[in-house]
Amino acid sequence: MSVTEIEEATQHLTFKLDEEVFAIDISKVREVLEYTTVTKVPQTPEFMCGVINLRGGVVPVVDLRLKFGMSEAEKTVNTCIIIVEVSLDGESTVLGALADSVQEVHDFEPGQIEPAPKIGTKLKTDFIKGMGKRDEQFIMILDIDKVFSTDELSIVQDAGSYNASEKTED
Amino acid sequence: MSMMDQHKEVFKEEAYERLSELEDSLLELEERTDDIDLISSIFRALHTIKGSGSMFGFDEIAKFTHEVETVFDCVRNGEMPVTKELIDLTLSARDHIKELLDNPDNVNLQRAGEIISSLKNLSPNSDALKEECNCSPALPSIENDTAADEKEEETVYRIEFVPGHDVFMKGINPVMLLNELQTLGECRIIAMTDAIPQLDYFNPECCYTYWDIFLTTSQGINAIKDVFIFVEDDCELSISVIDSSLDSSVKKLGEILMERGEVTPENLQEVLNKQRPVGELLVENGVTSPQEVESALAEQKHIKEAREKQKTTETVSSIRVSSDKLDSLVDLVGELVTVQARLTQKANTGSDPDLLLISEEVERLTEELRDNTMGVRMVPIGTMFSKFKRLVRDLSNEVGKEIEMTTDGAETELDKTVIEKLNDPVVHLIRNSIDHGIESPEGREAAGKPKMGKVHLSARHSGANVLIEIIDDGAGLNPEAIKAKAIEKGLIGSDAELSEKEIFSLVLAPGFSTAKKVTSVSGRGVGMDVVKRNIEALRGSIDISSNKGKGSTITLKLPLTLAIIDGLLVKLGTDVYVMPLSIVEECVELTDKDIEKAHGRQIANVRGEIVPYINLREQFMINGGKPEIEQIVIARVDEQRVGYVVDDVIGEHQTVIKSLGKFYKHVEGVSGATILGDGNVALILDAPKLMHTAVIDEVAEAAV
Repeated sequence: MSVTEIEEATQHLTFKLDEEVFAIDISKVREVLEYTTVTKVPQTPEFMCGVINLRGGVVPVVDLRLKFGMSEAEKTVNTCIIIVEVSLDGESTVLGALADSVQEVHDFEPGQIEPAPKIGTKLKTDFIKGMGKRDEQFIMILDIDKVFSTDELSIVQDAGSYNASEKTED
Repeated sequence: MSMMDQHKEVFKEEAYERLSELEDSLLELEERTDDIDLISSIFRALHTIKGSGSMFGFDEIAKFTHEVETVFDCVRNGEMPVTKELIDLTLSARDHIKELLDNPDNVNLQRAGEIISSLKNLSPNSDALKEECNCSPALPSIENDTAADEKEEETVYRIEFVPGHDVFMKGINPVMLLNELQTLGECRIIAMTDAIPQLDYFNPECCYTYWDIFLTTSQGINAIKDVFIFVEDDCELSISVIDSSLDSSVKKLGEILMERGEVTPENLQEVLNKQRPVGELLVENGVTSPQEVESALAEQKHIKEAREKQKTTETVSSIRVSSDKLDSLVDLVGELVTVQARLTQKANTGSDPDLLLISEEVERLTEELRDNTMGVRMVPIGTMFSKFKRLVRDLSNEVGKEIEMTTDGAETELDKTVIEKLNDPVVHLIRNSIDHGIESPEGREAAGKPKMGKVHLSARHSGANVLIEIIDDGAGLNPEAIKAKAIEKGLIGSDAELSEKEIFSLVLAPGFSTAKKVTSVSGRGVGMDVVKRNIEALRGSIDISSNKGKGSTITLKLPLTLAIIDGLLVKLGTDVYVMPLSIVEECVELTDKDIEKAHGRQIANVRGEIVPYINLREQFMINGGKPEIEQIVIARVDEQRVGYVVDDVIGEHQTVIKSLGKFYKHVEGVSGATILGDGNVALILDAPKLMHTAVIDEVAEAAV
């Protein structure tokens, strides 16, 4: 994702995973919830925590730590679910992202954002829109649509049907 | 303008309805060619389409329909027999009208001309008909009607027509209506202007005038009503018979005076009250007997009642509601059910008897509300059936087979969405029956069967399900051919031992088609697997049985509704799952001792009957120790009893089904989610899928 897209000052919600700070475009964020009981859906990969009840609707939740290859963390009072609206195949879908803690809404000036380095982030470069700088600290700005893209989710399909590999012949 | 557009939409909607009525009547007419009622209802439908079409500027439709109507007028007069050609042509005329409606700007005049000229050629006195059409292109059917309906007496109607003030805004010109009325017969129109306010208060966009109309016509009250069909809701309209020629008495003086406004009804009543009932006077004078008067009074009462009843049925009949509104209503009821479950749980755990009472009351009401709301969405399946009649007719012509379609259970009700989604699969199945199932007429005769093939469509309730059967008396399925084909396609091993049922179910597998040749009717690449998928998406199942040489029966089993089901809550580890209660037959215990006895086989002995079971703990890879006594929930899946082992059975729960969404669409064994009383989410188990997965796993294990 090229940095040229970020030309105006944009507001981002920053949150922490482990010791690293990430940011999501605020226009994608619907609300932030406290951690509640998540119902695990069987036969799905670890990073897909399950589903929660959001005022009568069923919303899937993804553990971003696991998704980004970090270790699972203890749930604390700061653990929260960031409800985002992403477009999956052009269809708007509501999803929950599990984060260790949310921090603040930060305004990034265009000059504060640099392209993501190709290596060294330990993340798929596709996921990162750019690197923001705040008081000498780097913040990874996520392209949340990419993180939850169907390609990424196809892992779910594989995992879901791994024990029924012959199912196509059903 | 937008007002007018809106009314055009209403017209279109109505016209589509009329067209489907027309189609039904035509198909029925084919079977009962001498049914006068049917012929007149066809005529009426055409007339309505014509009349309202010209009113809303669909001139092409009006013109075309008029021609068809003219032909049908001859039929109605018995000048023309009802033949297959006539029905064929009228059906294609109907299709043409539909095209005109769908696409008013893209008119295929040539086709219209073809249909019309063939229709006219059918008529015995086709020359006369043509001539007549030429000389009076506007509304010649009227003269026809008056001449034709000699048997029908001329009647004088009094029509009080009080249009609403805003009638102009709705794009209705009352004068057009009055003009149309004049074409029905001799007509006297009296404009009532007393409601027109003084100039200061006068709004030129409002209609203040109303009319009294005296119409002498032989066309019956329906023809008059048809004129007003689109303004019915926006005006006060009363039509009464004031003089039937059967009864030659002249109108009463009081009535005439009242109409003229010389006396008010109150004045008249006052005077009349002084008078004794005419019956009493007659009896007293010895003109008639009391019994006679009594019977006359009874007759009067009867007519009154009949008329009132007619009135109420007209007003009560139905209203149109957009399906979006219904959907959101169902959503709301769903949420209410969820909240009510929470309330019940709270009330049961607390020790407040009053709260318990209230919660029970709410529960009762919610349940009723739920059932009613679901009832609103229920539509008789007959609407779908009648569509298929046409399909069968057209297809059998196309493939050169003689096929008769019969139906029963058209009144069976099903959720609207289910019916909508059912259409494609059933069309496919019927096509299959016609194309592959039923043999050619020669083939049938050779097989000693009647030349006319039969396709029977039936629907009936069975518990919380609806069974839809598509039965044909064709060649039936050939198990050997299917098996050979399946082996060839690599769907099964060459040495597979399969029961007949299993063989038939192979037809539903993807990439399977037994038809040797591809015709336009079937074999377009949409296989039975798609049908199966569609039915399963509706949480239904499909079952095939067949008798070689005698025919086959395809049974679709569908749930009544998609939104809310009764579920059985079960526990697995820390999680709660829901099993659809409709398939659950019983629950039995499974102890460690039982497991030992079975020597590792997953088979339970239930009162001497062998029931295989699936261990959901293993299937879902749930960690943690299992309880000493587990429960087996025995369900009926694919006509087979299967057990599902869970930790514990909690109880019943009204389940509002929520989709898991795109994110989890590939997850197997779970068909959706629901929200429990405590606000947590529980997953709904997909019993058939779980069983299929287990079967496949077993086969895979055995192969290793």
